[in-house]
Amino acid sequence: MSGAVLCLVELDGDEIAVASQRALALARLLAADAGALIAVVLGGCGDGVAAELGRRGADELCLVSSDEIAGYAPVAWARSLEQLAAERAAVAVVAGATDRGSEVLAHLGALTGLPVASNCVAAASIGDGSWQLVRHRWAGSLLEDAILEAPCALLTVAADAAPSEVASGELASGEVASGELAAGDAAVADPAAARGAGGTAAPVVTFTPALEPADLTVCASLSADQGGGMSLATARVVVGGGRGVGGPDGFAALEELAGLLGGVVGVSRVVTSQGWRPHRQQVGQTGTKIAPELYLACGISGAIQHLAGCQAAKHVVAVNTDADAPIMSRAEYAVIGDLNEVIPALVTAIKDATGRS
Amino acid sequence: MDILVCVKRVPMVGGKVVLTADGQDVDTRMSGFTVSPHEECAVEEAVQISERSGGTVTVLTLGPPEAADQLREMLALGAHRGVLLETDGREWGPVATSAAIAAAVGELGPTSFPLVLVGNEAADTGGYQVGIRLAHALGRSCVTGIKRLDLAGERLRAWREHGAGQEEFELGLPAVVGVKEGINLPRYPSLPGRLRAKRAEITVLKPVWQADGLRKVSLRVPAGSSQRAQVLGRGVEAVPELMRVLSEIGLLSPASRANADGIVA
Repeated sequence: MSGAVLCLVELDGDEIAVASQRALALARLLAADAGALIAVVLGGCGDGVAAELGRRGADELCLVSSDEIAGYAPVAWARSLEQLAAERAAVAVVAGATDRGSEVLAHLGALTGLPVASNCVAAASIGDGSWQLVRHRWAGSLLEDAILEAPCALLTVAADAAPSEVASGELASGEVASGELAAGDAAVADPAAARGAGGTAAPVVTFTPALEPADLTVCASLSADQGGGMSLATARVVVGGGRGVGGPDGFAALEELAGLLGGVVGVSRVVTSQGWRPHRQQVGQTGTKIAPELYLACGISGAIQHLAGCQAAKHVVAVNTDADAPIMSRAEYAVIGDLNEVIPALVTAIKDATGRS
Repeated sequence: MDILVCVKRVPMVGGKVVLTADGQDVDTRMSGFTVSPHEECAVEEAVQISERSGGTVTVLTLGPPEAADQLREMLALGAHRGVLLETDGREWGPVATSAAIAAAVGELGPTSFPLVLVGNEAADTGGYQVGIRLAHALGRSCVTGIKRLDLAGERLRAWREHGAGQEEFELGLPAVVGVKEGINLPRYPSLPGRLRAKRAEITVLKPVWQADGLRKVSLRVPAGSSQRAQVLGRGVEAVPELMRVLSEIGLLSPASRANADGIVA
């Protein structure tokens, strides 16, 4: 199958967003079979982005520029991709499974009448407009082997897949050319070498879509930061509290420990549904996905929906009275005991060791 | 204003997912079913709107006859009417599902629901599409990922998280809005609510299944889910070992402390 592969790239400041890095890795593997990989950025971007996209294997950077698109407008973005895909005879359009990526591809699916496969971790063309996929279900607690039949494959790529899990996301059949995402970021660590290219900057082209007023009805304006300190999603240490904390008053010790370790408190769903803590502190499938160096899970049994939110944690330590709790299958280390005794003792020990009070 | 809320019946899973022998589904013999969390919040949001400004809440699901149980759960939270798009138990994809809901809206009255609420994505399949496809089929505006919603007459303002900040959308009705858990705290069903739900009549429509272009071959549990934590000790006696682990991770180093001091929690 020949034709271009489009990859919608979202920027985080001047950097390529992490979810888009994963999308690019999968798109590049598809493009190896299909043809050119065209990275698509809506609006402008710095020179460094074209260079980085080149290093990540993009053959072109297509800047979609339109005086009409002021900010994020999901239908206008989808319309732009639809027209660009038609012009370049695209065989696949790929995006990271972020709020924006998922939303834009769903609009693109609705505009074109094509199916969308969401949260993919692997994909390969098997000819005749068919694609073999592995995608997440239950936010990655399950993998689905699937066949997509579409003249143009619309795919979102799981943004938060853990390295070990992506490694197991290999295609079921060994016969197909593997479009598998390598473990962790290995696939993108040295994409230029993998591609055999010199890693030169992707040449920049511009594309001006033809938009109708209706495409611009919904357009986001950015509100200022919510403030409130460190983000749960990017914290280096997360001290988690679950049902075992016992009530809203039990979180003082966890807050103190988080402060000592330079981290923040996260909670399980039962804690927010009881009203003990606000939802913005919830870790899990329907809360925030975290990626800290250390996740210290206290009094959390470890429902799969919670574990789906901490897949990217580097080290997990559990404190729990139940040695058979499901969290024990995700944790590296465990303390069997009551967090309301263990955590205050740990706080004291850290203060003694570091001379803080 | 009359509001339509679309919900999905999904397996209730806790600590472990067990698959059926044929690898086609989650084994629910020991667990049962529930409504996707985002959708339960969508129902709560609709009920709160109807309590403030009048109108009714109709809750709709597409699923097997047993999915009427989930409709009754939502009726017990305060929804007024239930609509079941009854299937034979086959899995429906987002293309087929949104087409069936759009047809049902046509049948129930195309102008009867200025606001349609959906959950942002289903807990099991996570497709992120039904609401958006439904909006296109109905010729409506759509916003998704919404964690705060303000209605004023024929306009609505909606907010969603974006990075450390928020994106704000403003659009006119009729509209389809995909909401996320956290937009509210769903209430527990009251006893009168349960009794009313038990007696409520549910409208049943029977849509025709269609292929979706994306076909499930089988499900599997990712490898590497069977490790066991190394136990450092019991109770406070484990604290020295815990300190050693924290130190090995590099969290007790002077650099880490300096870093910690610099952060506004």
